[in-house]
Amino acid sequence: MKELTKRTKLEMAKSPQGIEGPGFFATKLEDVIGLARANSLWPLPFATSCCGIEFMATMASNYDLARFGSERLSFSPRQADMLMVMGTIAKKMGPTLRQVYEQMAEPKWVLCVGACACSGGIFDSYSVLQGIDRIIPVDVYVPGCPPRPEQIIDGVLKIQELAKNESLRRRDSPEYKKLLNSYGIE
Amino acid sequence: MELLEKIKTAITEKFPQAIENYEVSYDFPVFYIKKDEIHQVLEFLKTDTELNFHFLTDLTGIQSADEKQLGVIYHLHNMPKNYRVRLKTYFDINKPEIPTATDLWPGANWMERETYDFFGVKFKGHPKLKKILNVDEMDAFPLRKDFPLEDQTRDDKSDKMFGR
Repeated sequence: MKELTKRTKLEMAKSPQGIEGPGFFATKLEDVIGLARANSLWPLPFATSCCGIEFMATMASNYDLARFGSERLSFSPRQADMLMVMGTIAKKMGPTLRQVYEQMAEPKWVLCVGACACSGGIFDSYSVLQGIDRIIPVDVYVPGCPPRPEQIIDGVLKIQELAKNESLRRRDSPEYKKLLNSYGIE
Repeated sequence: MELLEKIKTAITEKFPQAIENYEVSYDFPVFYIKKDEIHQVLEFLKTDTELNFHFLTDLTGIQSADEKQLGVIYHLHNMPKNYRVRLKTYFDINKPEIPTATDLWPGANWMERETYDFFGVKFKGHPKLKKILNVDEMDAFPLRKDFPLEDQTRDDKSDKMFGR
């Protein structure tokens, strides 16, 4: 029987910088929490059209977003960490999207997938919102019409980087409050 | 076309001044009806036992090419005999008022609301004439020709980048 173990080489998440000794490991609390947050992001899929189909492929077995710690989709905004907006957002849908964002608990991140969500895409007309960053702040943009699952995974990894390196006090900072206020969110 | 002659004779007999023009377009007899008599003509076509156009397939709006007139188009259908007819009526864009057809066909309700939403045609006597598809804040009529096609709030589509 051939040995199969060689191909299933697992890689652990890299431990943060710290001081190691026999029986202890000392590091910053910020780094530990960042590590935990980044590898267990719960996505809230807000899928309205064809980008949503690509997202379904991203969650399915071939691409499998669960490998990156996002196994569990949260269909309640209150337990979600990452809002994934995929597809055309009509102006009439805008207030709903905003309400979903406001219901999410801090810390929260927004991934904007596809040309329509990023800029309105080909739908430059009276009924379509010209980019969701007109109503909510966006962390990572994924271009494409629609983007391939690899691109969506890349966007999620970028959000993981943000989560990993974010200061614990960022959400209390005046800059962050100013950003939310510029969108009219208290 | 036989059907066109038949409908034309029937309408002219009852309303001698109503027909402004007529033609055959895409195998449909088409009549241009005066706005003041459109409601009576619709009622006649629906209730007449011989013509019996009992079904309103569609109702929608149109703006003339010179942008000075608005219109409303009615598609009627006689299902037992499979007759179809199209009625058009035009009126001044500054006074876009026309009697409702909801008293003849309850199904005209949402179609008239849509026509009001996109063209701003005011249907007199409609039970609930308010927007049906667009956002409530929209104060223009987006399918009129003077409404700009592209979003005016975008600043990334400068003429320099698109060679216009």
